Amino acid sequence: MQSLSNGRVDTEDNMAAVAVHDLTVAYRDTPVLWDVDLTIPSGTLTAIIGPNGAGKSTMLKAILGLLPVAAGTIEIFGRPFAAQRRRVAYIPQRGSVDWTFPTNALDVVTMGTYGRLGWVRRPGKAERERARHSLDQVGMADFANRQINQLSGGQQQRVFLARALVQDADLYFMDEPFAGVDAATEQAIVTLLQELRSQGKTVVCVHHDLESAPDYFDWLILLNVRLIATGSFTETFTPDNMMRTYGGRLHLLGERLLPVGGR
Amino acid sequence: MGDILHDLIFDYTLRNVALGSALLGVVSGVLGSYAVLRRQGLLGDALAHAALPGICLAYLLTGSKATLVLLAGAGIAGWLGTLLLLRIVRDTALSEDAALGIVLSTFFGLGIALLTLIQQRNDANQAGLDRYLFGQAAALVSDSVVTFAILGGIALAIVALLGKEFKLLAFDPQFGATLGFPMQRLDVLLTSLLVIAVMIGLQTVGVVLMAAMVIGPGAAARQWTDRLSVMLALAALFGATAGVSGAVLSVTQSRLPTGPMIILCLTVIVVSSILFAPARGIVWDVLRQRRHRRSLTAPALVPEWEGGQS
Repeated sequence: MQSLSNGRVDTEDNMAAVAVHDLTVAYRDTPVLWDVDLTIPSGTLTAIIGPNGAGKSTMLKAILGLLPVAAGTIEIFGRPFAAQRRRVAYIPQRGSVDWTFPTNALDVVTMGTYGRLGWVRRPGKAERERARHSLDQVGMADFANRQINQLSGGQQQRVFLARALVQDADLYFMDEPFAGVDAATEQAIVTLLQELRSQGKTVVCVHHDLESAPDYFDWLILLNVRLIATGSFTETFTPDNMMRTYGGRLHLLGERLLPVGGR
Repeated sequence: MGDILHDLIFDYTLRNVALGSALLGVVSGVLGSYAVLRRQGLLGDALAHAALPGICLAYLLTGSKATLVLLAGAGIAGWLGTLLLLRIVRDTALSEDAALGIVLSTFFGLGIALLTLIQQRNDANQAGLDRYLFGQAAALVSDSVVTFAILGGIALAIVALLGKEFKLLAFDPQFGATLGFPMQRLDVLLTSLLVIAVMIGLQTVGVVLMAAMVIGPGAAARQWTDRLSVMLALAALFGATAGVSGAVLSVTQSRLPTGPMIILCLTVIVVSSILFAPARGIVWDVLRQRRHRRSLTAPALVPEWEGGQS
């Protein structure tokens, strides 16, 4: 087990944002995640990187209790997820919902307040006001009443982001937030992530683009069913580790990677 | 017209038929809307077909034809069908539509076999059980209508209370689960409420046509609005309108069967919604395209970029 404090400034009484011990997740008899052991220090922007089918989304879902865990334990700020729900926000893949659903941007963002509202109570003026504020934070204030189907992919992603912001969490899990978004949205998301980090929040993203990753993130998890490596980004993003993560599939990218992660 | 209004209020049969059909329209409209949004339109069909053996067994076991007894049987059988369906989807490699087909035809086949068995017994009391196939709203008695009103009232009250929870379930259940809502239990609850709608529909439009009552009002309502609450209200209105007008037509026009008349009225609503609803109607779309084509003067075609998708 790597130590938490590789020269990092630890907040929250040295407590990791996420601590995963011996996590195994299986789909029927096939393991999707095998014996994964890792910690994510709080205050980091963490990327989960690995090839298709490496179990990246599965790991997020297992941490969030959306999938049954075959073995292992998961702690969020030192306690089980169920006890820490209010401190966690989840942004699913944009393609996981039906955007023709009859609702508008403001209404979707307001869903972020449902957890605190609890059963039966309906969102009122205060909740909608907070939702508007979050939309404003992602530059979508003018689109509050727009039917969600009439938003571009990037705008839909920002709506999801705003829905997470309204939850006012300490830890954000994002499943490919940069997938299929325009350059302006990508920049807006990056700025927002950095803002969250400067407020001491922790962000964990499933990420695909190896080229942009070193610019955006400071902590890295390399995953391919098993944990390949994890640690501070610059120390972990080495050609050797990348080869071990992607196997033969990386050699096209290999040369481009060498100067980036080489040491 | 005045006569029909007078009869609607004072004619015992017509009043019951219209009231029962209106109740069915409202309840199946609201719950069917969720099924439409969750792309589970055929679930209503499977539930209705699965209910038939329940009706027969309830009669065989109790010898009673009381509405509540038969509907309880229908509800339980519909429920078992749903559980079986979920099991098949979860534990086999079959897709949901294949599972729906299996459950629907197996239960319906069993139901028809039981029905034939009952009819072959020398049992004068059994007459009328087959009306559950195509419904027979004209035979509705006020007791049944009261039963419908109570069952439907409970279902609608639950929808009203859990509006935001059901919205999460329909739009983004995984997100809802991370908020701490038990989405599987909410799913079971919403499906159970659909079972209630189907129970009400069995006596009115019958097993075979029930799917239309589940899908039709919601599909029509979706054409007119982009808001869930408005959609639910419109679906209730459309369902009730189809129910009442179908009932009136069948009773006043040389005794046409009620169930099919209700479905035909509903079809008129659905088709005109698809054609003429503002913003989404096909007719306006065609007109817009014509105007657009005429306004294009240059012979060269400019490629149309998908402005929104990036």
